Amino acid sequence: MTYAIIQNGDSRSFPEGDAFLAGGGVAGKAEVLVLLGRPRLAPDPAKAAVLVELETECLGFHTGEDMVEPSNVVGFARYRNGNDAPSPLVELVRQPNTTEDALAAARALFEGAGLTVVVSGDQAGRIIDRLVRPKYNAALKLLDEGLASQKDIDLTCRLGLGYADGPIERTMRGGLAEHHDISAALFQVYGTPAYAPARKALVAAQRRDEAE
Amino acid sequence: MSTPIKTVAVCGAGGTMGAGIAIVAARAGFRTLCYDTQAATLERSAKDTQAFFAKSVERGKLSPEARDGILGLMSRTSDLTDLAECDLVIEAVFEDLSVKRGLLTALDEVCRKDAIFASNTSTLSITEIAAGSSRPERVVGLHFCLPAQLMKLIEVSPGILTSKETLAAGLGWCAAAGQTPVLTQDKPGFILNALLVPFNNDAIRAIEAGVATAVDIDKAIKTALGYKMGPLELIDLVGLDTQVRLCEAFYPITLDPRASAPPLLRRMVAAGLIGRKSGRGFYDYSGQAMFGA
Repeated sequence: MTYAIIQNGDSRSFPEGDAFLAGGGVAGKAEVLVLLGRPRLAPDPAKAAVLVELETECLGFHTGEDMVEPSNVVGFARYRNGNDAPSPLVELVRQPNTTEDALAAARALFEGAGLTVVVSGDQAGRIIDRLVRPKYNAALKLLDEGLASQKDIDLTCRLGLGYADGPIERTMRGGLAEHHDISAALFQVYGTPAYAPARKALVAAQRRDEAE
Repeated sequence: MSTPIKTVAVCGAGGTMGAGIAIVAARAGFRTLCYDTQAATLERSAKDTQAFFAKSVERGKLSPEARDGILGLMSRTSDLTDLAECDLVIEAVFEDLSVKRGLLTALDEVCRKDAIFASNTSTLSITEIAAGSSRPERVVGLHFCLPAQLMKLIEVSPGILTSKETLAAGLGWCAAAGQTPVLTQDKPGFILNALLVPFNNDAIRAIEAGVATAVDIDKAIKTALGYKMGPLELIDLVGLDTQVRLCEAFYPITLDPRASAPPLLRRMVAAGLIGRKSGRGFYDYSGQAMFGA
């Protein structure tokens, strides 16, 4: 599968030096277009797929949500905790009118690059952030309430659940302010308390904003 | 770490959790009394225990002599008065407050005044359980993880009236038994289930909301976060019926909407799709061997 990269800014999915960037060819000849770094969508129905890198926004932000025609536009995000190296997971995002062929092309491209692909509906937080942000908020709240020490909360999750790391150490490593921003974006959509940024995250975001 | 505890009794030792706790105790060198009201379940768990240690020998984790030594430390009884001289009694009976309180009341009559009572509850309050005893200062929470014979973690929780000495003794015994204790307050679900039960419900709600399939949710969580099992695989393993019971234990206390049982979960249980043990849950296990076999 040939692809071309059109980059508008820094990409969280494929940071500078990532091997995937080097594999891109010329846009005119490529089967798939990959738009990175807060891209502006330029529809190209002739391509097998046009892939749009997403941050916290929905794919609908780029495509509009009133399309009736079949679409070859597929959203994607490679999961990354803060400034950790990007994980192998790519969440593809489809809308109701996204074609199976476009999804298949996106899957083939990323799997061909050695990545693991899952498909999510165009909902805020996709799979990972939708599921982990409430858990991280809960863990931070339990820490604030003195349920246990940070060390013991993290150790419990590692030993009791087989997690690679605990929820608080992971949130801290990824950045409490970043956790705040993602949670706040989800809270705006879902409005449920679980997404309201935990106090520690709010404080971190306030301090960051003050410093800036 | 040294501990003055020499003899441990496990109540409910005919059950999966109780049998695992008894293995932990005996393997660490404690004389271990396995108590259960039902002799038949005790017999069954004794066979399972022997099979477990036989496997340990096969895999070279244990010598035949060590195995015999451990099994020699274990005895079984359905007579509560046999627990009279135990230093530590760990209850792993049915997760029902009145049952656990009733057991502690009965143990009060039988056990020495300096014996320590520990509860393996995963959902109930240690303080409320301890209210069944005339010596609540000697009651502490020791929550093991399934399968207890393999998992190192124990959540140690003092009730409101638990003495410092009892808490220290509980922590000390965990360490002496080769386990890893973590200290947590006496709150619903302690650490593990307080985080896990709502998270698992969220995964079910993501399916309900059409975010993704169970397969993709599990794959995403394992790939991105390095979890050994996805949330839906885990629910299938512990049982969807168990997840409902956990929700019913937590939600009325916490009123956390994430702890309430999602409608899809209830419908699947009603349909008999309760996970691995029924052959189908979020995944289909027909034709597959039992987990761990």
